[in-house]
Amino acid sequence: MPSSRRALLILTSLGLLAGLSIGLALSVGSLRIPFPDVVAALAGREVAGIDVVLELRLPRALAGFACGGLLALAGALMQVLLRNPLADPYVLGISGGAGVGAMFAILLGLPVLGIDGLAFLGALGAMFIVFGLAHGDGSWTQTRLLLTGVIVAAGCGALVALMLAIAPEHKLRGMLFWLMGDLGQSGQWWPPLLALGVALLLAMPFARELNLLARGLMQAQALGVAVNRLRYAIYLLASLATAASVTTAGSIGFVGLVVPHLVRLATGNDQRLLLPASVLAGGSLLVLADTLARTLIAPQQLPVGVLTALIGVPVFLFLLSRHQR
Amino acid sequence: MSAAPLIEAQTLSVSVGQHQVCADLNFTLRPGERLAILGRNGAGKSTLLSVLAGLRPPDTGEILLGGTSYAELGPRQAALRRGWLEQRHGDAFASTVLETTLTGRHPHLGRWDWESAADAEIARRALRAVGLADLEQRDVQTLSGGERQRLAIATLLTQAPPLYLLDEPLAHLDLNHQIAVLELFAGAARDNAAGVIMVLHEPALAWRYCDRALLIHGDGRHELGPVRDMLTAEHLSALYQHPLQAVEIDGRIGFIPR
Repeated sequence: MPSSRRALLILTSLGLLAGLSIGLALSVGSLRIPFPDVVAALAGREVAGIDVVLELRLPRALAGFACGGLLALAGALMQVLLRNPLADPYVLGISGGAGVGAMFAILLGLPVLGIDGLAFLGALGAMFIVFGLAHGDGSWTQTRLLLTGVIVAAGCGALVALMLAIAPEHKLRGMLFWLMGDLGQSGQWWPPLLALGVALLLAMPFARELNLLARGLMQAQALGVAVNRLRYAIYLLASLATAASVTTAGSIGFVGLVVPHLVRLATGNDQRLLLPASVLAGGSLLVLADTLARTLIAPQQLPVGVLTALIGVPVFLFLLSRHQR
Repeated sequence: MSAAPLIEAQTLSVSVGQHQVCADLNFTLRPGERLAILGRNGAGKSTLLSVLAGLRPPDTGEILLGGTSYAELGPRQAALRRGWLEQRHGDAFASTVLETTLTGRHPHLGRWDWESAADAEIARRALRAVGLADLEQRDVQTLSGGERQRLAIATLLTQAPPLYLLDEPLAHLDLNHQIAVLELFAGAARDNAAGVIMVLHEPALAWRYCDRALLIHGDGRHELGPVRDMLTAEHLSALYQHPLQAVEIDGRIGFIPR
């Protein structure tokens, strides 16, 4: 049980990390803007490059932070819901459904809003299909939920592959970038940020109950948790958080799986600390990765999903080896 | 004794799939009373206990805790009135022994409360009671089966309900710990007027540590009565479908399979 003081210390450091990562994202790029100027621009003063900072980089950084936070939060929730440390936000087919919607929209040549809309609809569709099938006979067990999700995800994968196969050459690149996760085409920055705030606010009151849920359904119920209601709520919340992120930036992998683990290794498994810490760490990681993605081989941009994996894998392996002793 | 019953089962019928565990079971358990549930493997002892704990619905009949049904109580109030020791303990995530023990305080805390120093003291006392005081910072995933079982018992003591429902409390424990755990709950019944219902496999221990025994025959029949009437060679031979002989040493009964 982390003491409140330690929790505060960890959250403050992660908050600083988040601020620094966003500051870095505003500063670097094809036009390098010094840190003081970034601060001045944010304060509303007229400096060189203020348009670049406020119109281009800030919305992208905020959208990235929101998506990373949403994915990390959804991942932490899914891991508790399925009592499986290997669960991630996409394991139940949400990104698969969104992928089908987005690919279809790109194939039809719809604008960004249409792609986002169909991706969100696809995510909701997958969510309801998995819920309906897994809940079908009322048993609603973790294994059944997991298997249903994996199968629906596989089905969506096949549909995505089919659309990629029949897509005309000039649309392929856009489709692949969407699938790998890319913040370059994200529309608005505020919807995911709002979703992140609401999701965290909804999850936090249940954090201690989630601690019990992670220890087993019957055990949680015996200790006073209304298990079924909580599981429905968490399933919905995690799914919607994932859908919000996937709609904004495509299926960015790895953040949702690894960030909760990284945070867990550092802070322990108390959801009261894990959930907000995951949000801050996930957001920061994605902002840093996206900054790298657009500067590493500029002017060419990389899909950020590739970068999150390239950063996350070695960090994770390092922490894991240190942890085992 | 005129104290209100801690738990009352009225015309309870329980089944698993096609298998009838018990039909028309009626009993009450008052403060300080201890009841043993015995039966062969697969007879449905654990199922019955989880029904009594309000964790699965009975086919028919009703269970009242201090006069109130589980539906009226809700999970949180129920957790203040009865504790349940699970037979299997799986830990999907790492956690320390002390953190795990502290989960027992959940029903006592408000939504935004953090465990206080007083809660930690209750948890540490429980860990001392089961002999795990030195392991409080250990990861639960590294515990042995017996240590994990004692940790589950410490969690239950931390919950401190007036009624304990114990599913095989002696699983994985060596002899000294078996007796220590039984003494612990006997003390809770004697000193704190706790009620105890436990699934046991050893009739001699049931005879020594319980007032009444409920025999589950596995075909829907059950027998309930004081241990000295229920736990006889004749009854137990029929229950386990194996001939047993009773031996008495220093006023204590043991049963030897023939």
